[in-house]
Amino acid sequence: MAYAHTIEHAEIVHRCFRCGYCKFPSDYVDFNCPSYKAFGWDTYSPGGRMWLIRAWLNDEIKTSPHFAEILYSCVACDNCKNQCVFPKFRDFLPDIFQEARAELVNEGRIPPEVRDYFKAIAVSGNPYKLPQSERGKWAEGAGLQPYTNQEYLFYAGCVGSYDEVGQKMARSVGKLLADAGVSAGILGSEEACDGSEVKVLGEMGLFTKLAEENIGQFKAKGVKKIITLDPHALDVFKKEYPKLGGEFKVFHYTEILAGLIKEKKLALSDYPVKVTYHDPCYLGRHNQIYGPPREILKAIPGVELVEMRRNALNAFCCGGGGGNFFTDILGAGEDSAGRVRVREARDTRARIVAVACPSCAKMLSDGVKTEGLEETMEVLGIAEIIERARAKK
Amino acid sequence: MSDILKALIEIVGERGVSNTPEELWFYSRDPGVLTPHLPDYVAAPRTTEEVRKIVLLANREKIPVVPMGNGMSLTGPVIPLKGGIVLDMKRMDKILEVNAMARYAVVEGGTSQGVLKAHLQEHYPQLRHSIPDAPPTTTIAANAALHGQGRLTQQYGFNSEMVTGLEVVLPTGEICLIGSPSLGPYWFSRGPTMPDLSALFLGWLGTTGIITKIGLRLYPNKKIRDVELFVTDRVDLIPDILYKLTHLEILEDVNVWFQPKPLMFQGNFHITLYFTGDTEEEVTFKRRMVWDALQEYMDSKDGGFMSVQYMKEMLMEMPQRGIADFADVPKGGGFEYSGPITIIEHFPRYAAKVVELAAKYNVLYASSARLISGGHCMMFSISFAFNRNDPAMMTRVKHALDEATAFALEMGGIPWKPNFMEQKMTMEKMDKNALKLLQMIKKNLDPQGIMNPGNWEVN
Repeated sequence: MAYAHTIEHAEIVHRCFRCGYCKFPSDYVDFNCPSYKAFGWDTYSPGGRMWLIRAWLNDEIKTSPHFAEILYSCVACDNCKNQCVFPKFRDFLPDIFQEARAELVNEGRIPPEVRDYFKAIAVSGNPYKLPQSERGKWAEGAGLQPYTNQEYLFYAGCVGSYDEVGQKMARSVGKLLADAGVSAGILGSEEACDGSEVKVLGEMGLFTKLAEENIGQFKAKGVKKIITLDPHALDVFKKEYPKLGGEFKVFHYTEILAGLIKEKKLALSDYPVKVTYHDPCYLGRHNQIYGPPREILKAIPGVELVEMRRNALNAFCCGGGGGNFFTDILGAGEDSAGRVRVREARDTRARIVAVACPSCAKMLSDGVKTEGLEETMEVLGIAEIIERARAKK
Repeated sequence: MSDILKALIEIVGERGVSNTPEELWFYSRDPGVLTPHLPDYVAAPRTTEEVRKIVLLANREKIPVVPMGNGMSLTGPVIPLKGGIVLDMKRMDKILEVNAMARYAVVEGGTSQGVLKAHLQEHYPQLRHSIPDAPPTTTIAANAALHGQGRLTQQYGFNSEMVTGLEVVLPTGEICLIGSPSLGPYWFSRGPTMPDLSALFLGWLGTTGIITKIGLRLYPNKKIRDVELFVTDRVDLIPDILYKLTHLEILEDVNVWFQPKPLMFQGNFHITLYFTGDTEEEVTFKRRMVWDALQEYMDSKDGGFMSVQYMKEMLMEMPQRGIADFADVPKGGGFEYSGPITIIEHFPRYAAKVVELAAKYNVLYASSARLISGGHCMMFSISFAFNRNDPAMMTRVKHALDEATAFALEMGGIPWKPNFMEQKMTMEKMDKNALKLLQMIKKNLDPQGIMNPGNWEVN
């Protein structure tokens, strides 16, 4: 039976001129769309997607595994939204891509990797298919207590809770919050997936269920303020949860740590090292938080902060957004985002690539290994760098 | 899997070729109003050798090859009119050399304007190239191959005149170096003092070979760049004004534009004048020269300089991002233009024709003329926007453009990057022996007729 596709912003799709500004950063130094960079076909660029979605809505092309790959290779980095030259509709580009993915979900024609991700979240509550009881293990030794009405809830998220690289980041943040005497607690084994990737991958029913359950739990426990490890969680808590009745004051951990350093609640020692900072898309482009991570690094005596060629609004994504961290639709080829970004970091001659997102940490760590740069470069979370500086006291 | 697909995979690898409905649909069209036509395959070579092998395969199988940059010329030269293989050249994107002292760059055939601009800005800030106002994704080779223009065209001519050498894969598969690189390592001359063989590939829209490397002249990038905007409502004065301005020999770029929307621009002709200098004194001197040249029009109250403050950022951009915005005026994602090359004394008649055509076909116009080579000629753009969801409006735009081209030919102009129908109109009017020469060249270079067939096709 033919499936009549429709999306909320269908009336905008034909307005794309496919001029290609969306592929670039503002100075045109290289292609800044990770899926276009990785695959090289115009169909994998934002303009290509817009034109194909129009053809698909008009039934000129059919749903196919290849079409699904094109839609799911988008990493939701928001570069296109910022570089598109059409101010009247550019803000809707990421929405249109998400709506098309949601339509594939409704049709039941999604890539197997995406299906498996949804199943893992639905069955296990996390993409790693690990027991819920292990969710709070990362916090052992961090000095954080279970949440019982403290000022802040520290939310670690799936990657911070289960992934080894993410756990290290979460533990470092937890320790610093505890050391500085911040009133913060964690949900531990009661914490649930925030649903950010579920939403961007288009499973709106599952997302709504996760969000409503989280909102219910946060409210029941009296949560007013949340500190997130993961910018993806920050984004969804700030922008999507209020639509479902969940109004909380949400902070990224770098905002809190920058304040603590300014207030001299975290003493820092000399740590002479050259550092470059990778802006996570969901912290930077999605939420315009560019300053705090840099303020922290600049505050560490001895740290020399050098910028990559593409930074801040023009930063190149690590390739982990849009669920690609879990589905790996972009792949690991030479032009995959993580490897391209690591080569860009290498060009700064920095010893450390500082990150503020556990997905970025993992993607770039893998990139360092694949590029054979382990001897000269390491990827560390901002809090881990602070800990190193504090260890030198 | 077909034998051709297997052979293409052998040449460019699995990720370098596609025959899926999605890529075939996308690469069957450009953003203009022409009817799409599906290719059979899309291939994306990374090396000249891969291009050569694809051309040999196409000869063996007698299937067309259509080279493509970013496909933004809007007049359809990348539409595979007879199917075959569309060659997406954009993966050949390396900047191979910049010779700062000799002021040239050598880039691969798919290198974009934007990437060269960024490279020069970062590594050779004293140098620049003639960047067109097309989007930065457009490629340097395609721009030269269709006689494109850019920011330095007023001073130095068509961007194709700035070519300093080519590497071309001929339709029969030979790799050919053109100009000084055919004799040695330097890419400083496309031909002189030898016969200029580059002319066999420039303006031919990919029908005589595939440009895999291109040398391009670079020019001094002055420290200061500024703009003035002169406005008059007397179209009859425009040729004289342009003549006086070009006599100064100090202007970087000169554009004359007029459009009915927004209303603040209606009824006026705006002359955007760019000038550069290494010191404030130099810039001030040039500004004064410009003002002096146009003083008589201000005295007679026929024109005056307009404040550019609120538009300055947009006017100074290279490329001008706002130009693409015209496509969304009818909330519809498209515009197309006929851009005949003509003499500046014809400006008033072309201007009247634009307004006449827009009224006749009920479409929205915007028009801009760029001076070429100090005013020896100009490119007069007759642009009409359309709504891609309105097929009737697209048809009206197509008819308006056809009529614009017919008018340009009547006026002795030359269509720029003509679509296949406009090429036919041009060839019908062309001197018969010139047409015969064109046919001889094409037949000898491409005996099997595989290169972008349907374009510059003489039967």
